[in-house]
Amino acid sequence: MSRDHQFEVIRADQLFGAVEQLRARRARLVQICATSLPNALELTYSFDLGSELTNLRLEVGKEESVPSITSLYWCAFLYENEMHDLFNLQVSNIAVDFKGTLYNTRTKFAFAGPQGKAAGLGIAPAGGASSAAHATGN
Amino acid sequence: MAFFEMTRLALKWAVTRPATSRYPFEPRRPMPGSRGRLLFTRDSCVYCTVCAKKCPTGALSVVRSQKKWGIDRLLCITCGYCVEACPKKSLSLETEHGTPTVTKDRETW
Amino acid sequence: MSRTIIPFGPQHPVLPEPVHLDLVVEDEKVVEARPSIGFVHRGLEKLVERKDYQEFVYVAERVCGICSFIHGQTYCQAIEAIMQIKVPERALYLRTIWGELSRIHSHLLWLGLTADAVGFESLFMHAWRIREKVLNIIEATTGGRVIFGSCKIGGVRRDISAEQQQQMRKVLSEIEVDLQEVTKVFLKDSSIQARLCGVGVLSSADAHDLGCVGPMARASGLSTDMRRLGYAAFKDLHIEPVVKTEGDSYARCAVRCLELFQSIDLIRQALDKLPEGELAAKVTGNPNGEVMARTEQPRGEVVYGIKANGSKNLQRFRVRTPTFANLPAMVKLLQGCDLADVPVVVLTIDPCISCTER
Repeated sequence: MSRDHQFEVIRADQLFGAVEQLRARRARLVQICATSLPNALELTYSFDLGSELTNLRLEVGKEESVPSITSLYWCAFLYENEMHDLFNLQVSNIAVDFKGTLYNTRTKFAFAGPQGKAAGLGIAPAGGASSAAHATGN
Repeated sequence: MAFFEMTRLALKWAVTRPATSRYPFEPRRPMPGSRGRLLFTRDSCVYCTVCAKKCPTGALSVVRSQKKWGIDRLLCITCGYCVEACPKKSLSLETEHGTPTVTKDRETW
Repeated sequence: MSRTIIPFGPQHPVLPEPVHLDLVVEDEKVVEARPSIGFVHRGLEKLVERKDYQEFVYVAERVCGICSFIHGQTYCQAIEAIMQIKVPERALYLRTIWGELSRIHSHLLWLGLTADAVGFESLFMHAWRIREKVLNIIEATTGGRVIFGSCKIGGVRRDISAEQQQQMRKVLSEIEVDLQEVTKVFLKDSSIQARLCGVGVLSSADAHDLGCVGPMARASGLSTDMRRLGYAAFKDLHIEPVVKTEGDSYARCAVRCLELFQSIDLIRQALDKLPEGELAAKVTGNPNGEVMARTEQPRGEVVYGIKANGSKNLQRFRVRTPTFANLPAMVKLLQGCDLADVPVVVLTIDPCISCTER
């Protein structure tokens, strides 16, 4: 289980080709996740090939867009919609696009803020409401 | 495809004692190892604040200078981390759960 | 043919946890289903910035109520892999025993809910009656019925004494007899077969393409079981995945029924081979590195991606739960099914929505 440490770093334009090769080898899509870095988003795509885990890692800027892999793996729509809703990642051509309504949270893009203790839990509306109350009180 | 497979089971349980107990008329007996309410013995506490640091939910608050130890019962998840961490063994978990309460105040000693 | 949109959930008697589906229906046949989740989203992945990595075991356990122990175990395994901690053998065996008990109680819960969904309420009560016995063993050995609180980084916090082991064996024998009676009803009764056979058929190729895991994949002919990776004590125990090929809801019910007996057998094997030794290894320092840990939960494969950068708080904590992997299959199965079969199809993936949206 802990042998799964290999992370292959690729660029965003190589993503589709790499996923096509994995699909030709009958890999199973395991998960897609995003991590918020100070000025970029780091994506990890994991595939399972006969119980060995292969991870593709790429870094995209906060405004860049990533091509969707739903034409190869239809089930990826759920992961890509989740990344869009939580991290504000732009993904083009998702097969089933919820347009931001998959996660109905009060704060949009809750995980997209900077990581670190000072960031808090994305409870911006509470801070906004209290400052608004302060303004009306004054 | 079989019909009335359940008959044997239903008839058997129609004549045996019910599997449920008549709570709250019969009290529930917890097991010897159950994690229930946290108990604090004031005499052996030295206010070292280790339990408050270890508490995952922040239910404990200890002020060394004023010799105050407080617990917020509704935040306590009875995990037992403080019991393991206390160097003077003044904390323990009893097996019964606490009674329900309607106010959210802290208990302080 | 006009289309109606029927909202299903989040409150529905058949759902254990809230999920919302907009069912586009044409004359009693569901044409399309659009899921909408987020009702129990607690943002646990971001909580990792506030709690240090040792306390976080308690949060990881509370991701889900039904499969809580294995969440805690996978988290501990991931951190132990990053920090290269060698866990004592006795702790590995104890974790395996509790994990299999957790699997038994989860499958019994699902069997009860399925019986309730098809209207067979007395069978639901019988399945949960047996589950009470399992929960009593769990409370006697760990202190809590649902949230065990017995895993920590480096090992386990409690031991199972010799008398508790005797008691466990005795109760397991009673449970086995009870289970044989109840699973006979599940597998043979005509009303259950009429509701489950042929509903939600998933072919083996589809199951692989949609990324299905767990009993969902095993009922469609894919022989995948993460316990064969050999984590915890599974390297010494013999596992043969329970596989069926029909791919319908009845096959999934049969897989879960047979896995109950497999788990009882695994617990007995682990109790026989339980070695003496320490309960936990000492942990010092902070983790630094990255790992993907995978284990087999009752619902399938769970993946924990943990990234640590040497400080007390982890940098990234990613959980991909098995229901998240099975949701696309559910959306696909709902297309074309009858309206009356929707509860059966939704329950057949064993939805644990609080896992899905930590």
